[in-house]
Amino acid sequence: MKQENTIMENQNFRPLDLRKKIRPGESIIQSLLFVSGVLSIFITVAIVYELGKEALLFFNNPDVTFAKFFGTTRWQPGVGLFGIWPLVTSTLITSAIAIFVSLPLGLATALFLSEYASPKARSVLKPILEILAGIPTVVYGYFALLFMTPLLQKIFGEGVEVYNMASAGIVMGIMILPLISSMSEDALSAVPRALREGAYAMGATKFETSLQVVLPAALSGIGAALIIGISRAVGETMIVAVAAGAGPNFTFNPFQAAETMTGHIARISGGDLSYNTIDYTSLFAIALMLFLVTLILNLVSQTIINKFRQRYE
Amino acid sequence: MNPNRGHYPEGEALHRSLNGRYRSASIWQALFFSALVVAILSLAALLYNVMDGAFGYVAFEYKNDPSEFTAKPLDDLNKQELLDILTANLSSGAFKKLENDKAMEKRSRPDLYTLVLERLIQIDTKQTWSMTDSILHSKDIKAEAAAKYPKAKLEFRSWLTPVFLTTPMSSKAEFAGVRTAILGSLWMVGIAILFALPIGTGAAVYLQEYANKNFINRVIQTNINNLAGVPSIVYGMLGLAIFVRALEPLTSGSLFGVTDANGRTILSAGLTMGTLVLPLIIINAQEAIKAVPDSLRQAAFGVGATRWQTVWHHVLPNALPGILTGSILAVSRAIGETAPLIVVGASTFISIDPDGPFSKFTALPIQIYQWTTRAQSEFHAIAAGAIIVLLVLLLTLNATAILLRNRFQKKY
Amino acid sequence: MQNIQSPEYAIETKNLFIFYGSFAAVSEVNMKIEKQKITAIIGPSGCGKSTLLRAFNRMNDFVPSSYVTGEILLHGQNLYGKDIDPVEVRRKIGMVFQKPNPFPKSIYENITWGARINGFKGNMDELVEQSLRGAALWDEVKDKLRKSAYELSGGQQQRLCIARTIAIQPDIILMDEPASALDPISTLRIEELMQELKKNYTIIIVTHNMQQAARVSDYTAMMMLEKDGSRSGTVIEFSETKRIFTNPKDKRTEDYVTGRFG
Repeated sequence: MKQENTIMENQNFRPLDLRKKIRPGESIIQSLLFVSGVLSIFITVAIVYELGKEALLFFNNPDVTFAKFFGTTRWQPGVGLFGIWPLVTSTLITSAIAIFVSLPLGLATALFLSEYASPKARSVLKPILEILAGIPTVVYGYFALLFMTPLLQKIFGEGVEVYNMASAGIVMGIMILPLISSMSEDALSAVPRALREGAYAMGATKFETSLQVVLPAALSGIGAALIIGISRAVGETMIVAVAAGAGPNFTFNPFQAAETMTGHIARISGGDLSYNTIDYTSLFAIALMLFLVTLILNLVSQTIINKFRQRYE
Repeated sequence: MNPNRGHYPEGEALHRSLNGRYRSASIWQALFFSALVVAILSLAALLYNVMDGAFGYVAFEYKNDPSEFTAKPLDDLNKQELLDILTANLSSGAFKKLENDKAMEKRSRPDLYTLVLERLIQIDTKQTWSMTDSILHSKDIKAEAAAKYPKAKLEFRSWLTPVFLTTPMSSKAEFAGVRTAILGSLWMVGIAILFALPIGTGAAVYLQEYANKNFINRVIQTNINNLAGVPSIVYGMLGLAIFVRALEPLTSGSLFGVTDANGRTILSAGLTMGTLVLPLIIINAQEAIKAVPDSLRQAAFGVGATRWQTVWHHVLPNALPGILTGSILAVSRAIGETAPLIVVGASTFISIDPDGPFSKFTALPIQIYQWTTRAQSEFHAIAAGAIIVLLVLLLTLNATAILLRNRFQKKY
Repeated sequence: MQNIQSPEYAIETKNLFIFYGSFAAVSEVNMKIEKQKITAIIGPSGCGKSTLLRAFNRMNDFVPSSYVTGEILLHGQNLYGKDIDPVEVRRKIGMVFQKPNPFPKSIYENITWGARINGFKGNMDELVEQSLRGAALWDEVKDKLRKSAYELSGGQQQRLCIARTIAIQPDIILMDEPASALDPISTLRIEELMQELKKNYTIIIVTHNMQQAARVSDYTAMMMLEKDGSRSGTVIEFSETKRIFTNPKDKRTEDYVTGRFG
């Protein structure tokens, strides 16, 4: 009895303390988690710093002048040729071909899936596109070199070289197709139902509604998909490394071989590359350009998507 | 109602114009559908192209006739007899080198058999044919081979065999396998996940459970989304500059007493790949954590749990399947990536199994790249074989991820 | 009933049931709706008012499992007949929705789009002006016809939606709580507009606001869930608005309009 009483008394009279307590475990864990989060920023900084440092070494080389870099059309840093154009043009040509293939196909696929396909058909067809998206790019390279190039040679004849930009570009387009299709589909299905109903109520057919109301309403989302697609094409390496050509070549003929920026980095760094040479630093200069271009494209695309979302929420 | 208002087609005219509208609609719909068909056909063509290359007739000659080494047919020899032939005919240096790789006594019969073929008899592949040609034009091929290569043997060969999976690299396509490449890929992916999974999950927990909407956290989030879009070859350059070069003492293992190595090791490759998949893991883990209902957190807070206790005991266990699914997808991305490995210096020719993080390495996609870019068609054939291995591996991983997702999805 | 092509009626329903799968959302509706009058459909939420309204221009077709039995007759033709094209039905029976839903195009294009797809022959500028005047919007927007419709206020957007509906010259305009998302002043303007519109059009309006129904409509249909507990809505009373609000026949109507419902 007595014992119980003291407990009761203790409980009644223990001062209630609601002040903040220091919990060292919690704080340590929280700082660890914060560090993990911040590490991603560190990665970006490291990319900019490392690429920038070596690229600066390259551009500070007295032989590398602005006039040579942008004014000449041969690239072979080892022997003092610093014209960046052959790498840039082939990158642009392969990317343009890829977009030319993937944008219409991807958009049409998205329209079909979001506007016409029954839920059952969608559940069969979408995984097929996902498989296409999951195939490693080196396999696409094999496909470009050993399927697409012979096919192009059959169609266009002798003019098609064994390595050529067209084949790499087309296959790159197939690779990007699922990305453009799924992003466009997201944009199409984000268009509110009220808008479709408004169109139907005015005597529009399903097709007129899809193409003239839903598609324009989703246009900014589709634009974002296009930009991401371009960024993907510019940064893609293996398809062009295998199929586009193994040497810089200033040409606008898509059936000729020409090495892209990424393909050049892959080929040179895959060989015997010693540090502190002009070859080494020049690769970093190219990589920095790649990084900046894709970064800007990705940022623009994200901004568009965020604006698009706000508009329909 | 208003006569000067213009008019719409009525009655018959309306029917006619509507029919026209429907017609153009169905043409367009057919066009949309054909785009999808093109996509599916591309996938089919790709898979077919790979299968087509991995099987088919091959015409080859023996450089040295088997009768020079043994009276019996080669296939009937047992292990000891094969070993005797090797001992008798190989130079002592070559024999010692093989012995150093793996004791001859301990080698299996197929292994020794391959050695006899590779080192002594020596196969010389004259020509290969695709699977389709081999099946459809079998007669023509036989005639052609007999005319062109009178001494050659013609055989229908599957380039993808169990032996292909278990043999190391070789400079001859006929004897090459993907064993070292598979092991290299596994080591590399293991290191990548060990590095990226804890950090990625931690970052996701921080962003979803701790971070408030201030400037720094918005920057972190935007930054992660952007990192996911950085070309993989740029990660390769980062890995080259940091892991291979700046951290060479660590990644080459010279800090730990490994000699005669440089920074182009499995460890460097794994860390590079870990950096590459980190944003993917973070984004997927964030999605998984987002899907945990708030009521669960409130219940935990309601009984006086701290934030970390809530996260550790309630949020993470419930988000785990999603996080795992995301990691599997990250693994399959890492297994297929090629460009960063080329940049950080995957070796092109390695016949010894990697034995630790400081080994030189090759990987499955690197082998595919190497073999695809060779001129001889027999290398294209083994590239096709390696692609099938890679695709089956990826398919298994993705199927696991999908099963995992479906199994745990219905919970809420 | 025997008088099928009764010209004084704009549209009529006969034994109309509307199903979602096996669930009858609306049961046994028989209504004759008079031309150039405003007919209001009122009733508690969830009793199928919108479902019934959407049946009049076959908007329920977009709900995959929905179907109707019975008939809706327009000029003696059953709208759900086998050879009826829903697109032609909607061309004749326009609709204004609860929330304004202008297309993300310019004000001008919002009106001309429907005209263009429906093969309008005539002067587009004139059509735009007359439609906007008809919707009492012309003076406010005549200087910014090329501006995006999204720059208009909610009330203006809703009048734009009415303008684009009258631009395709329908016989009937359906309105699904057209003012419920608007402020009181915009609501008043829409109500005034409806009085103008009924000179040329038959209007059917769904509203949850009884005062609105009393103010604007000539006829009122009172909908309720059926007493048998089937969660199925039906029209329990349909007559002149004055009668419904002053001297209803049905006890439930009386309870509802006097606020004693529930």
